[in-house]
Amino acid sequence: MNTIEARFRSTLGDFELDAGFSLPARGVSALFGASGSGKTTLLRLIAGLSRAPGSLIVNGEVWQDDRRFIPTHRRALGYVFQEASLFPHLSVRGNLEYGWKRVPAAERRIAFDDVVDWLGLAALLAKAPQQLSGGQRQRVAIGRALLASPRLLLMDEPLSALDSASRAEILPCLEQLHRQLELPIIYVSHALDEVARLADTLLLIEAGKIVYQGPLVDGLTRLDLPLAHRDTASTVIDTAVVSHDPAFQLTHVARQGIAFELPGLHGTPGEPLRVRVAARDVSLTLSPPSQTSILNLLPARILEIADDAPGQVLVRLALEDCVLLSRITRKSAHALGLQPGMAVVAQVKSVAVA
Amino acid sequence: MNLSAADMSAITLTLQLAAVTTLVLMLIATPLAWWLTHTQTRWRMAVTALVALPLVLPPTVLGFYLLVLLGPKGMIGQWMLAMGLDTLPFTFGGLVVGSVVFSLPFAVQPITNAFAAIGARPLEVAATLRASLWDRFWSVAVPLARPGFITAAVLAFAHTVGEFGVVLMLGGNIPGETRVLSVAIYDHVEAIEYSQAHLLSAGLVVFSFVVLLMLGRHSAQWQRVAT
Repeated sequence: MNTIEARFRSTLGDFELDAGFSLPARGVSALFGASGSGKTTLLRLIAGLSRAPGSLIVNGEVWQDDRRFIPTHRRALGYVFQEASLFPHLSVRGNLEYGWKRVPAAERRIAFDDVVDWLGLAALLAKAPQQLSGGQRQRVAIGRALLASPRLLLMDEPLSALDSASRAEILPCLEQLHRQLELPIIYVSHALDEVARLADTLLLIEAGKIVYQGPLVDGLTRLDLPLAHRDTASTVIDTAVVSHDPAFQLTHVARQGIAFELPGLHGTPGEPLRVRVAARDVSLTLSPPSQTSILNLLPARILEIADDAPGQVLVRLALEDCVLLSRITRKSAHALGLQPGMAVVAQVKSVAVA
Repeated sequence: MNLSAADMSAITLTLQLAAVTTLVLMLIATPLAWWLTHTQTRWRMAVTALVALPLVLPPTVLGFYLLVLLGPKGMIGQWMLAMGLDTLPFTFGGLVVGSVVFSLPFAVQPITNAFAAIGARPLEVAATLRASLWDRFWSVAVPLARPGFITAAVLAFAHTVGEFGVVLMLGGNIPGETRVLSVAIYDHVEAIEYSQAHLLSAGLVVFSFVVLLMLGRHSAQWQRVAT
């Protein structure tokens, strides 16, 4: 029952959408694709803001099928648009209360004051939307959507219209949202770093078709998919902070049999931390070198090898239950005689917080 | 110089006519403007042109056809007689009908423009926040279109106060019933009572100027608030 099952078929001018997917109704599912691939169209169909033939079942509730079409205002969803789109004739409080008042008290799943605290909106309540900065407006828009007690939150590139400072202010809020609320989120983005940081599940869309749906890490690293072949190809690993080394300004993180050191002091011990490793920062050797500047040396096993840019290959590695990508020259791969199944040592030059 | 009782009655009648016309126009123009803003039908252009007709037609043409339609031999007139009602020409009700038709574009166009200026987004946001169509109309569209409603009401009122041709064709000149300000002025001029004509005319000029001045100030204030 806890799934989102959708299938839509539609031709809009010369754009053809034929998208079906089945998502777990928990965590963050990123809907990722180039601009014009149909991400927003698909999100609007899920919200019922646009119509196309198809079916949509959310948590066992039919929102659309051959016979029925539940109008948007009767779907328990929240929608955060790219632009905050606050009501200009209402104060911040009026905006926040708009959806909240329209949900019967017994069906409210979130307290007004909690949302205000959590998004830091207390000082803004009496202000008019016109007096707010871009980042503040988007925080109000997120709060407004949450206060409508959604069972599915749809976010359409909520950070793309913001400068990097506002983005840095909102991203931690979104991460918290993810951890604190049992609220499935479909997050549309064309920014891979946001997806790598927030998502659990990935939906890849290309020219109106879903080309991948499944766990984020597989979507990022499978060699038959486009993301692994990007310049910025990388993997993410969910770790926990173990300890800090103030003298060398390092953070130790670990997860079942894997440990990394990364520069800078991040988080507090025990806190979850998602790290990101780029394919170009991983090189391979058959035996551990005795003296090297590289801190992270990890025994790994080769899963598959595929051609990449001219002269280069991508190697997909298993590291306990995690996956690493390594981009090396074809010459090196040949010299080392790399084959699927081989045991190697991955030298990870750089690990970053996702 | 004082106003005669007849002139006072003409002023009162004019204000009553303008008030009733404005009220009726807001009730008709609002749904019509909403429909024009949101419809996809190809009839939209035709209806828009039809609504705008009174802007370009001589009022006498409008008045003439209304007289024919509403008169005892006209389609609407016969229907009204069949329903046991009196026909409308040469009555206050007839003037209201004529004024409503005559001032329709002045009410519909500002409201249509205001609805269009809102765009689809605020209404979509409201829909995602559980507001039904009726709820969205009252809680989002009407407050955001407020300047359009005010402009529409003021223009409809002022335009009705100043109308002449339709009234003359449709209403004749019955004191206390259909003899409005513009007709009274005409009568004074015909009777070479220029001082009375001056008094009423100057009053209309001042009234119209003040109305347009206040409308301009209001829209300037609104723009400051909105940006």
